[in-house]
Amino acid sequence: MSGDNLTESKNTDKPDNNIKSYNNIEKKVVIIGGGPAGLAAALEANRGGIPPGEILIIERDRELGGILNQCVHAGFGLHLFGEELTGPEYAQRFIDEIKAKKIGYVTDSMVLSVSPDRTVTFISPRLGFGRIAAGAVVLAMGCRERTRGALNIPGSRPAGIFSAGTAQHYVNIDGYMPGNRVVILGSGDIGLIMARRMTLEGAEVRCVCEIMPYSGGLARNIAQCLDDFGIPLLLSHTVTEIRGRERVEGVVVSRVDENLRPVPGTERYIECDTLLLSVGLIPENELTREAGIEIDRVTGGAVVNQDMETSVEGIFACGNALQVHDLADYVTLEAYRAGMSAAAYALRGPGAQDPAGMIPTRAGEGIRYIVPHKIARGAAAGVKLFFRVSGIYRDVTVRLTAGVSEKGVTNNVRLRDYKKRIVTPGEMEQIEITEKTAAQLQNAVSIGVELCKKET
Amino acid sequence: MQKRNMTCIVCPVGCRMEVEVDDDGRVTGVKNNACARGKKYADTEITNPQRTLTSTVRIDGAAESFLPVRTAEPISKGRLSDAMAVIRALRVSAPVSMGDALANFDGVDIIACKTTDTRTQ
Ligand SMILES: Cc1cc2nc3c(=O)[nH]c(=O)nc-3n(C[C@H](O)[C@H](O)[C@H](O)COP(=O)(O)OP(=O)(O)OC[C@H]3O[C@@H](n4cnc5c(N)ncnc54)[C@H](O)[C@@H]3O)c2cc1C
Ligand code: SF4
Repeated sequence: MSGDNLTESKNTDKPDNNIKSYNNIEKKVVIIGGGPAGLAAALEANRGGIPPGEILIIERDRELGGILNQCVHAGFGLHLFGEELTGPEYAQRFIDEIKAKKIGYVTDSMVLSVSPDRTVTFISPRLGFGRIAAGAVVLAMGCRERTRGALNIPGSRPAGIFSAGTAQHYVNIDGYMPGNRVVILGSGDIGLIMARRMTLEGAEVRCVCEIMPYSGGLARNIAQCLDDFGIPLLLSHTVTEIRGRERVEGVVVSRVDENLRPVPGTERYIECDTLLLSVGLIPENELTREAGIEIDRVTGGAVVNQDMETSVEGIFACGNALQVHDLADYVTLEAYRAGMSAAAYALRGPGAQDPAGMIPTRAGEGIRYIVPHKIARGAAAGVKLFFRVSGIYRDVTVRLTAGVSEKGVTNNVRLRDYKKRIVTPGEMEQIEITEKTAAQLQNAVSIGVELCKKET
Repeated sequence: MQKRNMTCIVCPVGCRMEVEVDDDGRVTGVKNNACARGKKYADTEITNPQRTLTSTVRIDGAAESFLPVRTAEPISKGRLSDAMAVIRALRVSAPVSMGDALANFDGVDIIACKTTDTRTQ
């Protein structure tokens, strides 16, 4: 599907024929990124009334599908389709629909900038330079791997150190095994998935080290990617030294104390030729920042309202570019919301939309962040609050609160309690604001989520 | 009678279940499963554990060099490495559509997970 479906050329041998220029054109909705977020936003913008030719997805890769192309494992689509699909199958369903509806897209095209007045510029080896005035923009650039923390490991820097995502690309897209004896640092889902994948391809995965006392990955992935193959998970352990001159020859792992500091005397040498770093993902936010959009320092993505609209009017964000998701299904649902809102904005044009004002969300005790960050008072019913907790808690109550101001003092009063057997930072939680709850927000100065360990 | 801790892998909730097994290896009780699928999973997991296998095969004549594939249904966990050997020996040619059966293993199809691009050159 390399190329685009907007050019009229019938001559596939010479795809450069008859290309209309993308320089100084107008589109109602421009979507940056062709992963599951971008695909879903485009489909929903179309359902929201934007003609297919007035939508343009701009993807820098050779093909649509985003990171799902390299996620060949199963685990996608249970919520949306009721069956477990692999990443490519999940993506294909949306790609087929995009093509059937003739929604516009270009591949091999990298967006360089988005301005606050929604001018999108991109560059492509085939199409040259593009500059598009967009009615609305959806940011769906996905995320990148965080590797910074891993650079603090002392020792040499031999070959054989990869991020888990890079290794996944090597194995699944390029068909090349990066090593034979592997230690994985970090127990996020990508690391767990790669432990199984490389084992099945014949490598020996010696262990997975996790500095925290719990894994950041899904419990099912620990069961089916590590336990199934007898791969040890060393919690509260980290790599404290890398040995080897040209190629990794081994690593030293140590136990860490409550303050995550290595405990002297617990060092253990493990021979290996490959170290995979699976130390977390962070939203791709360069374009977001440069557009002057307010960023949430915890998520690393944009600050958004209930419509997934950023602090710059007419620019929306969704998927991993907004907050790192564990499940593609939730990416799709979030992107539907962004796509529908972008369509509405493009049809309606600029202008304030909620006279009753915005209520900020408040991440209380035990909550790391909440998306969205603010909710229009009149549009709260049906909005879902997505949040992550800051540690593992068992048998807790998740409490939805309203900030009520009286004589200059704000109290957080209980709206609703939800009992949970277990919550972990690795699994995103959600609460839907019911109509009854929304009605209680008339005078609220904030809406909060907090954890209560005991009934009060 | 024996008690075993087991994580249900059927959905991302990942219930941590407690499974009671009698001396004949039959499941007599399941606790902490949020839904009925958990119990069913515990039953097969004790008697004949099943997994869906996913991998890639080499493909000729497509824009990509490797095609993602999977077993159409879960297969016996003990047969995963034999199935890998079959998959590793496979080589297919474009065009391929998602869902196409490329080979068969233990009576289960190995299917394509993607519709290939035709190479434009
Ligand atoms: C390794 C891994 C394993 C996962 N496993 C599971 C799982 O088992 N089950 C599950 O449900 N979810 C899983 N997920 C999560 C899910 O796949 C992701 O959350 C989802 O793919 C994110 O979709 P997205 O569209 O936001 O981002 P992406 O899929 O990353 O797509 C973003 C796209 O934007 C493009 N782009 C970026 N910048 C630009 C630019 N400047 N110009 C043009 N294009 C640009 C990129 O090339 C990319 O194609 C996994 C994720 C990863 C990384
Ligand atoms: S028991 Fe049900 S809810 Fe729990 S993990 Fe299994 S399928 Fe999911």
